[in-house]
Amino acid sequence: MTARIGVVTFPGTLDDRDTQRAVRVAGAEAVPLWHRDKDLKQVDAVVLPGGFSYGDYLRAGAISRFSPVMGSIIEQARAGMPVLGICNGFQVLTEAHLLPGAMLRNTDLHFVCRDQKLRVETSGTAWTADYAAGQEISIPLKNIDGRYTADEHVLDELEAEGRVVFRYAVEGEAADGYGNPNGSLRDIAGITNAAGNVVGLMPHPEHAVESLIGTGRTDGLGFFTSVLKKLVDA
Amino acid sequence: MARVVVDVMLKPEILDPQGQAVQRALPRLGFDGISDVRQGKRFELEVDGPVDDAALARIRELAETFLANTVIEDFNVKVES
Repeated sequence: MTARIGVVTFPGTLDDRDTQRAVRVAGAEAVPLWHRDKDLKQVDAVVLPGGFSYGDYLRAGAISRFSPVMGSIIEQARAGMPVLGICNGFQVLTEAHLLPGAMLRNTDLHFVCRDQKLRVETSGTAWTADYAAGQEISIPLKNIDGRYTADEHVLDELEAEGRVVFRYAVEGEAADGYGNPNGSLRDIAGITNAAGNVVGLMPHPEHAVESLIGTGRTDGLGFFTSVLKKLVDA
Repeated sequence: MARVVVDVMLKPEILDPQGQAVQRALPRLGFDGISDVRQGKRFELEVDGPVDDAALARIRELAETFLANTVIEDFNVKVES
């Protein structure tokens, strides 16, 4: 039996279908989860996909964070279940305080949509075991509220504990997808919790899992194969 | 019925590019002498019954957990007569 990975749909979620597909491409079973259901259908892991849940009203992720499904996910995440938040999903995870910090409007106020170069900083999470620390990957980025912010002491703590998972790779030309696209502090693109089971990032691995479509690269597939391996080994 | 107003502002140390964009547009519109603009949110809550200490405490809790994200924002609660 293969692992069951839940993909949540909130009103305004956009990338749930692509995420379900990425889960299947990696070899797991994708289980749709509905925001009003407390029932997690016995999934082994959960992905919160991107989009504009509740129209980003109030703050991105602020209303979704209080949905019935999130109550169950917060409980299971604290018990160790792997949870990945992509883009709006990352915003939901910070609003739910499963990850520290907050997301703000991009410094240049522009919606950014491009293939983004990232540096993987650690393979020590449930979602990045198939990458090597220091590896550079390219996956799509598309957001306007992507500026990661946290107190200096929180940032220092994240760095000291190896919890910065991805940084925007800045040593290259903007035309090639390098640079900090949104003003995120310390070029942070993704972080994890202390246990390493909860990961959030702004760029979109689920859009880069098949060579035939999208970027033509499969740099995002490792997220889904990493968690699958962890679940099968467990 | 009483109205309670909750003002939510980004903390002073948080960069506010939207406020900056507004500020930069002012000279072009002929408004000089404004050196800084910070943009925030105002919530007007129509409260059933008396706004006593207990009701205000509940509204502060609402503001802290939902209307404001205290990682990046400060809030202020005031009763309008």
